[in-house]
Amino acid sequence: MKVTVDEDKCCGAGQCVLIAPEVFDQREDDGVVILLEPEPGADQHVLVREAAAVCPAAAIEVSEEA
Amino acid sequence: MSLNEQVLSYPIPNDTALEPPAEWAELRGTCPVAHVKLPSGDQATLLTRYADVKQVLADPRFTRQLNAPDAARLSAEGGGVFNSEIATIIPDGGEEHQHWRRLVGRWFTAKRMAALRPSMTAIAEQLIDDMVKRGQPGDLKAGLGFPLPVYVICDMLGVPAADRDRFSYWSDTLLNLTRYTQAEIEAAQGEFFQYMSDHLAAKRAEPGEDLLSELIAVGGPEDGGLADIQILVTGMALLVAGHETTANMIGKMVSMLLADRSRWERLLADPSLIRTAVEETLRLDANSGFGLPRYLREETEVSGTVLPRGTTVVCSMAAANRDESAFEAAAEMDLSRSPNPHLSFGTGAHSCLGQALARTELQVVLEVLLRRLPALELAVPVEELERVEGLAVGGLRTVPVRW
Repeated sequence: MKVTVDEDKCCGAGQCVLIAPEVFDQREDDGVVILLEPEPGADQHVLVREAAAVCPAAAIEVSEEA
Repeated sequence: MSLNEQVLSYPIPNDTALEPPAEWAELRGTCPVAHVKLPSGDQATLLTRYADVKQVLADPRFTRQLNAPDAARLSAEGGGVFNSEIATIIPDGGEEHQHWRRLVGRWFTAKRMAALRPSMTAIAEQLIDDMVKRGQPGDLKAGLGFPLPVYVICDMLGVPAADRDRFSYWSDTLLNLTRYTQAEIEAAQGEFFQYMSDHLAAKRAEPGEDLLSELIAVGGPEDGGLADIQILVTGMALLVAGHETTANMIGKMVSMLLADRSRWERLLADPSLIRTAVEETLRLDANSGFGLPRYLREETEVSGTVLPRGTTVVCSMAAANRDESAFEAAAEMDLSRSPNPHLSFGTGAHSCLGQALARTELQVVLEVLLRRLPALELAVPVEELERVEGLAVGGLRTVPVRW
């Protein structure tokens, strides 16, 4: 799985951090997403897909190719 | 006469406290772009399908400029928070809006909210202790749902929680679309403005560690900060937003979970469901209030219908959240639903700034209630729960409980 984030779109809702804190964080000075793990391990896949699905800014893209 | 031909009154009258009006399903099915008449008598266009509401809320052509001369007024008295001049001082779109959002948004990150959890938990436990001492049945709204978010937002803004009765009144005049006269609304807003102005002057003289002190410390627009008037309006907006919304949602969430007590028991057996259960009650909140109005500056098409420039659109997120084409078994409450991309906080660049705060408060309240009052139950039949009328943000008048 490969994850990419779009910082310009990000609205700082924090859903990704609440759901998958091992993969996503937010910058302290403006709340914009930080991608901690662009190729998360299998144990994170369900959470990452959920985070991408509920992101209100559609700022997270998940590619399922290895 | 079908819904296609008649002009519905909006908000749609609803006798039940927790169930959706029958019209929602019919509108989604046969009349997704509906003409409605607002309490002011002005006409607007109501959207109820998930895809349409999501598209419009994320589309910058649908503005929040409800003070335009030809925009629909929500109520005869002007329309409270949505039509207010206040709404125009915080930038509506583009880079300016993003700049404002990021300056303020840093205070609402998931990490900051996680750091607030212990103090929120302590407040919730104290409030529950006090409610238990007063004896049962108790009103969960007055005893817990209302005070908790108020304490938290007052602390974030550095305003004294002792003034909370005044904030509640000022909030109510902004959010209640039908209860007050224009004169009452103007007087309340004048007092609120003066209060916040004095508060900011005090923070300038003696800064604290709160959000408003730090916004002041960034400097003016030339330093990458906000103009004084923007800081003032931001303070007012956060105080109002931090009041009615989560406060009412706590009462509705607990009522929805207790209405069928097998839900409560499932959470007692498996508290790891708290996070998804909170999201599911947000999705199924049939009493969420007015929805989000938008004003259209140019002709646009929604669901194959051309909307002329000057149209006022009302997005019903609550109706959209029950759209079968977006959610499997949409009418059912599934406490483990995942993912749950409901629209209760809006979507796109303007989605609720305080959503991580609201989620954290709701999760903390539920966690503490399950732990401290596992025998909690409604003290009246669900049919006797009553809605607050006229509020832009829906709520229940009281939530009588036993434990």
